[in-house]
Amino acid sequence: MTRYLLTKLIEAFIAIWGVVTIVFFVSRILGDPAVLLVPVGAGQQEIDNLRTALGLDRPLLEQYFQSLFSMLKGDFGISFQHTRPALDVVLERMPATASLAGLALLFGTLIGAAAGAIAALMRGTVAELIVMVAALLGQATPTFWLGIMLILLFSVELGLLPTGGSGTWLHYILPGLTLSVFVSASIARLLRSSLLDIMREDYVRTARSKGLMPRTVFFWHIARNALIPVVTMIGIIAGELLGGSVVIETVFAWPGVGRVIVQGIQAQDFPVIQAGVTLVAAIFVFVNLLVDLLYGVLDPRIRRG
Amino acid sequence: MAPLLEIRNLTVVFDTPAGTVHAVNDVSYTIEEGETLGIVGESGSGKSVHALSMVGLIARPPGRIVSGEVYFKGRDLLKLSQRELLDLRGKEIGFVFQDPMTSLNPVLTVERQIAEPLRRHFNLSKNQARERVVELLELVGIPNARERIGQYPHEFSGGMRQRVMIAIGISCNPKLLIADEATTALDVTVQAQILDLVRDLKKKFGTTVIWITHDMGVVAGLADTIQVMYGGRIMERGPVDTVFEDPRSAYTWGLLKSLPHGGKRGTTRLYQIPGNPPNLINEPIGDPFAPRNAFATERCLRETPPLQQVEGSVPGHKAAVWYDLREKLKKQEAKV
Repeated sequence: MTRYLLTKLIEAFIAIWGVVTIVFFVSRILGDPAVLLVPVGAGQQEIDNLRTALGLDRPLLEQYFQSLFSMLKGDFGISFQHTRPALDVVLERMPATASLAGLALLFGTLIGAAAGAIAALMRGTVAELIVMVAALLGQATPTFWLGIMLILLFSVELGLLPTGGSGTWLHYILPGLTLSVFVSASIARLLRSSLLDIMREDYVRTARSKGLMPRTVFFWHIARNALIPVVTMIGIIAGELLGGSVVIETVFAWPGVGRVIVQGIQAQDFPVIQAGVTLVAAIFVFVNLLVDLLYGVLDPRIRRG
Repeated sequence: MAPLLEIRNLTVVFDTPAGTVHAVNDVSYTIEEGETLGIVGESGSGKSVHALSMVGLIARPPGRIVSGEVYFKGRDLLKLSQRELLDLRGKEIGFVFQDPMTSLNPVLTVERQIAEPLRRHFNLSKNQARERVVELLELVGIPNARERIGQYPHEFSGGMRQRVMIAIGISCNPKLLIADEATTALDVTVQAQILDLVRDLKKKFGTTVIWITHDMGVVAGLADTIQVMYGGRIMERGPVDTVFEDPRSAYTWGLLKSLPHGGKRGTTRLYQIPGNPPNLINEPIGDPFAPRNAFATERCLRETPPLQQVEGSVPGHKAAVWYDLREKLKKQEAKV
């Protein structure tokens, strides 16, 4: 288990380093931030001065190793736009993103798991059909469209909820709902097919042959095994949501991580892009590490294989 | 004394999109207490389905029991409530399934899987159940049982897993043990060990056993009575020695002829039964084996022969045939 964990940690580290490297070089292709930062009408001299001040005139590889080294110390540089540490700019958006992600994940998982279980247990009935059609629609509907429709209905027409922004719990409802629809639809579909697969397994017949109560068979023999792929799915979704849903944050003017990164890209604010993407990658990798560990708990073949 | 199990006219079908599959057709037989019945047949012969269906272990739908009565210790299993069946399964009737790789739950410890029926049927505490599990594992010949109960199926070899399966099947001292292809997935040597184990257990506990297999050799070594099934019907049944020496159904005869005989090699090709297993989607008419049977008569194709006592053979030797196999074989020999 220690060995397994160590391997996973090293893998995680390499993954983050890879992301950092790619982001560094790709962001340099975006263009010259100095041009964007100087006042309109400024001369070449001022642009050059700014480039020197920002360290952009030095060789690319030197910049790369310099920033890699700083990152190890937790220093992502100063945001060109905000003239504050880039990491702070990104981190202060984290609570908004994390709370929305947590909310969507919680409700999405609960609703999705219940719907998936109902669909599998009531196979061949109208209930299954309704759940599956709803889930398919939920997964196929673009979130930006759903978000806008919800705003039109609840904010514009009915005037019940704010159209966007954050601050009160009321602000959470529409973006939370929009994300939950997608999350629960994905989980419902996966759990249903996973449950149906497991129900056909020989060991489920063995469990029935013991005369076990149907609920024991379901929870201990079917659900226990069917959850393994669902946990992976939840992990991937959690990673995605914690990285900030750019679309949802834009539609609902939600002050999250996703939006700050996009703004950073538009302004060619390298430190913010790097800090943001690295943070998102680190979260993604960390969540996947958690999923791997949870896998070990759920599946002894991985834990003791 | 009344037989332990009596099946009367059991008919099971599966409703599939392609049509109704007639999996078990009018099967009737009895097993006395302490008897070992070997049921032989190829895939789709109804040998497993009929056994699973009588205790509610086939999925319904698509499975459907059309008719029949299954008396176990005087009670008709097909009329029991769901709850009564649950109380009976695992306790009075134990199961050993094929391929212990897939028949054991990969994420639960061996201890839990063996203890489940014990705790369910006898309300044992965790510790009482553990003692019994250790006892059972020792009984089925797993060394270091106490250390191994916390392990998972993937940490056992194939033969050991099959022993675990058997421990589950016999955990509650069932009256009847149904083993479905229990040695099929094993190496021949391991298979022999498992058969030895089952013989030992039978001697110790006098358990009645239904051993379902496609392997005539296994039946020869284990069973008192052999029952040959084909196309959802019983083709022939009788004491093992009698049926092996004097088969009366052309299907049994074909199965026996296709067995390799001890050590002689290369002299003749092994016999193979021509044709394919029947398509059970069609309403069964006549003798199901007739289309593949060189000895079949006109009547075999039209009319289903009943399972009847073979004239001049030992009591209990029954066959479902319209022809006289011995006469047919004599004629064939004369031609050659």
